[in-house]
Amino acid sequence: MTDASLTKDAPVAAEKVPSQWWDVWDQFRGHKGAMAGLFFLTFITLFCTIGPLLWQVDPSTLDIRNKDVRPIYTAIWDGDAKVSWARPMGTDHLGRDIMSNIMQGGRISLAVGWTAMILAILIGTLIGVLSGYFKRLDWALMRFTDLVLALPLLPLLLVMMLLFRDPLRAAFGPENGIFILIVTGIGITSWMQTARIVRGDVMALKEREFVLAARSIGTPPRRMITRHVLPNVMSPIMVSATLGLATAIITESALSFLGLGFPSDFPTWGKILFDSVDRMTSFPERVLWPGMAISLTVLAVNYIGDGLRDALDPRIRGL
Amino acid sequence: MLTYTLRRLFLSIPTLLFIAFVIFMLLELAPGDPMASMPLTIPPEVRQQMREALGLGEPWWVRFPLWLNQFFIVEPQYWIDNAFGTNFADGAQRIISFQSRSPVFDTIAERMPQTLWVVGMSYVVGVLIALPIGIISAYKQYSVFDQAGTFVSMIGFSVPPFFSGVLVIVVFSVQLGWLPSIYDTTHQVVDWESFKFQLRQMIMPVMVLALQTTAQVSRYMRASMLDNLGQDYVRTARAKGMSESVVVMKHVVRNSMIPVVTVIALGIPSIFGGAIITEQVFKVNGLGQLLIIALQGSDIPMVMTITFLLAVLIVLMNLIADVLYGVLDPRIRYD
Repeated sequence: MTDASLTKDAPVAAEKVPSQWWDVWDQFRGHKGAMAGLFFLTFITLFCTIGPLLWQVDPSTLDIRNKDVRPIYTAIWDGDAKVSWARPMGTDHLGRDIMSNIMQGGRISLAVGWTAMILAILIGTLIGVLSGYFKRLDWALMRFTDLVLALPLLPLLLVMMLLFRDPLRAAFGPENGIFILIVTGIGITSWMQTARIVRGDVMALKEREFVLAARSIGTPPRRMITRHVLPNVMSPIMVSATLGLATAIITESALSFLGLGFPSDFPTWGKILFDSVDRMTSFPERVLWPGMAISLTVLAVNYIGDGLRDALDPRIRGL
Repeated sequence: MLTYTLRRLFLSIPTLLFIAFVIFMLLELAPGDPMASMPLTIPPEVRQQMREALGLGEPWWVRFPLWLNQFFIVEPQYWIDNAFGTNFADGAQRIISFQSRSPVFDTIAERMPQTLWVVGMSYVVGVLIALPIGIISAYKQYSVFDQAGTFVSMIGFSVPPFFSGVLVIVVFSVQLGWLPSIYDTTHQVVDWESFKFQLRQMIMPVMVLALQTTAQVSRYMRASMLDNLGQDYVRTARAKGMSESVVVMKHVVRNSMIPVVTVIALGIPSIFGGAIITEQVFKVNGLGQLLIIALQGSDIPMVMTITFLLAVLIVLMNLIADVLYGVLDPRIRYD
């Protein structure tokens, strides 16, 4: 939203003074962990989106003759192991290719993570801005936020998953129904921190001179918020967005791991991990692939968040 | 301070009522049917009678106050009766599980020790590891130790317990065969050998849960220490000629502990939530596993009670954290 308008303005500004976001990027580049994180996130996103186009093995095709193929590196220490270059990460107990499953699972896990995060950020920003800007709404909205924070969220999420699964499945089909349910569930249980941070920042902004000046020339509240307030609270929103993405990916995997996420013929990283646990004594790599994918993606996102926080903090920037 | 505590306690009653209402309505609106697992050959009128026998015949505005009555009045009465041999309850209806047909609180009392033992121990271990890490990281900021500490806590934040748990099982149970992968709750500690076994089976679940706690608490401790190390009173203490250990351990650590103590209190409910997953990984038959089983069997009274107990824990810990903050820090005054 405001992000887009800023980048649109950027070329004009860049001719004379480097824009604010250019400074941020400059600072961000200096953070090694954040750059490594950005690199890995780009890699895993490309792996999951472009990967299936290059690696055209259907993730759900059963191939019983080639079941339980070990990953290719097993051949290094065990010459008799059943390996195949056609199945570099191995196959599962039904002969499904693990690499294409990881790609397919990653698509869903990342899609759920991004959508849920965007939903949570939208709700959080809306409530935060309303609460910080309009004094009348503040009390009610903040008490509401406190109440939601006092709810035991993981158990309630599990309850929601279990109880609303069948009607949503009937209404939107098995894939879309569960997708909507999980995204909504995670979104409406993780907006509270963003709302609190945004509210605090908006309240501080309201006392600043430029807001007063804008109000004195009769700017209506709507324009005030979109033009003056929102662009100035972008940095905390972006930082909590990265944290939100990390928690959303973990929560989705946790739900799948507890058997309350996507249906079993529908791979996500958490689901693949859950299905592999039974056979982990003989095939530990099947647990490692999805587990590493989840952990490294979340680690990358956390490092990006760390770098963003440093880069967006004007007190540190430029040092 | 006392008035503040009392006022907060009083205010937490509507909060808890609202939470109970939200949980109740969520379960009520949901289309899950506890009769779904019954045979289809049961005629509809018998099915209706069975529903009424489960207490589902009445509308929600009758059943919600009834549940509140059972939870807040009948159950404590039974508890007092058991403890002192009195007869307050007088055979009143308790909260009954749909699945086991036994009182919900009896089942919870059976499961509680396992959860408390694993979760409590992991929290204590996690905090005990986190505090020294936080102190040293802040004192030697940007040193190798600090970088390593930052990295380890990043990993603690990023690796979910369902992966770290499975990973340690693969390494220590499967590959090395040192530790048992399943937590045996029937095991009784009677002598040194059985104590060693108990210790061995607790190491993995406790460490997996403790990693999360350590990651969080050590970050807070480090930040809090850094805030305090730059303060004037530290310079004064040094100028007085106090030894570095006294300055750091007596002055700075004590002041830095104030916010950290509240963080520790606030973290307790979330570790119970995290235990749901860890219990599933290590097959501990604690509260988390009970919740999952109850959810899968549409056992509404059980789900309702466990979820509400967790909510009570959250509200209580919020209150304790706020009060503790006021007690520890004389600058904070609630009026």
